Amino acid sequence: MRITQGTFSFLPDLTDEEITKQIQYALDNGWPCSVEFTDDPHPRNTYWEMWGLPMFDLTDAAGVLAEVNECRKAKPEHYIRLNAYNANYGKQTVALSFIVQRPSEEPGFRVERQEWHDRAIRYTLHPYAADKPHGQRYQQNGQQ
Amino acid sequence: MTPPDRLPGSKIPATRVGFGMARPGSNAAGPQAPEEAEEKETLPPDARIDLAKERAETGIDDVFNALDSELVGLAPVKNRIREIAALLLVDRARAQFGLSTSRPNLHMCFTGSPGTGKTTVAMRMADLLYRLGYLRRGHLISVTRDDLVGQYVGHTAPKTKEVLKRAMGGVLFIDEAYYLYREDNERDYGQESIEILLQVMENQREDLVVILAGYKDRMDAFFVSNPGMGSRIAHHIDFPDYTLQELDDIGKLMIRAEGYKFSPDAEKTFREYLNRRMKQPRFANARSVRNAIERARLRHASRLMEADKPVGKEELTTLSSEDFLSSRVFANSDSARTSDDSLTE
Repeated sequence: MRITQGTFSFLPDLTDEEITKQIQYALDNGWPCSVEFTDDPHPRNTYWEMWGLPMFDLTDAAGVLAEVNECRKAKPEHYIRLNAYNANYGKQTVALSFIVQRPSEEPGFRVERQEWHDRAIRYTLHPYAADKPHGQRYQQNGQQ
Repeated sequence: MTPPDRLPGSKIPATRVGFGMARPGSNAAGPQAPEEAEEKETLPPDARIDLAKERAETGIDDVFNALDSELVGLAPVKNRIREIAALLLVDRARAQFGLSTSRPNLHMCFTGSPGTGKTTVAMRMADLLYRLGYLRRGHLISVTRDDLVGQYVGHTAPKTKEVLKRAMGGVLFIDEAYYLYREDNERDYGQESIEILLQVMENQREDLVVILAGYKDRMDAFFVSNPGMGSRIAHHIDFPDYTLQELDDIGKLMIRAEGYKFSPDAEKTFREYLNRRMKQPRFANARSVRNAIERARLRHASRLMEADKPVGKEELTTLSSEDFLSSRVFANSDSARTSDDSLTE
């Protein structure tokens, strides 16, 4: 199941060229970019792991894309996203966040039902990938 | 569950380009390379290109005019820059015919004494390359050894990469680049920084241009001990020292820019000052001229204050010869300027 989180997630995956344009748009607005990755794509998992520090003082997208590629090389089967932070007073929030890499296979989520008192049922989502311990998820066949 | 290759209702084919990321074992440049090639339209072989018009469109003449008006002398440097610009312009024209368009190597090395305008020319160069379309942004990041080399193991690489990231799309100007390599210390972290630089200079030539700067003899020694660096730099430009006449012109240019002028006798004194200063140690060409004028302005101001008389525009803008004569340069000399000695400290 295709994860749809962040901007552009209902579009086909962006090419590097398109990613470069988005980064450039963010930089032209003065939003520093940062790269994050995770193997736990639960929709409520907002804090992904940081790939290095946010990149300040950049003017050109090539530097950010180089970091994205570094992260892809190190984490070929993880979700990677790119955040652009708007630090302006009154905003001070992530202005743009989109996925730039996803694992080759996304097993998706199952619904879990929990019996509650008075025969009530509570529902929750559980990613199949999370059945495996952290670090062993989304591994391709043969890769250990 | 298998991932749906097609979103509901979308016309996107099942075989997507994807992120274009290099998965292990796949060719990174694979799907995108042909698309780029299609975008460029090649001209028919019998087409004509007006180089003069191309030149006017890029606006590089503005850069040359700025170079000519801002920088006195430096004829060999300006010629070299014109040559480089001509080459790049012709390369662009060739590209329009679909002729071989391998990106030329644009890394440069500026050698010369301090104050000969290396940084200023580097800034103009960044602007020039930007206008010709060889740089995407055209900004200049000026760094020294401190900005590139770390203080402990593992500190250098992130620091250098950080600087390189900032310089992407523009020019990375490394002042006194020979300090990166210390031959007396083999474990110096500078070597690590040089290796990263070399890698980026080679692999990301379209992303940034590196300009090294420094004294000629020390740069030469640097290239001898780092042959890889020397071979990756295509343009070695030597900045000659200014002649007395050129320094005089520079001084007048600076004075005019600051809204001052020389009194008739000050003009002669200023020339004499430069003549003496040039022979003294630590003479830094245009920088020394700027400092001399700054100090003259200081003396000029205190002279006006001490005179305690109402002043007009004339007094406020005129530097007289005594503003220069009280300089150390004249005090230390033993030439026969007895009449002026009374004015020196």
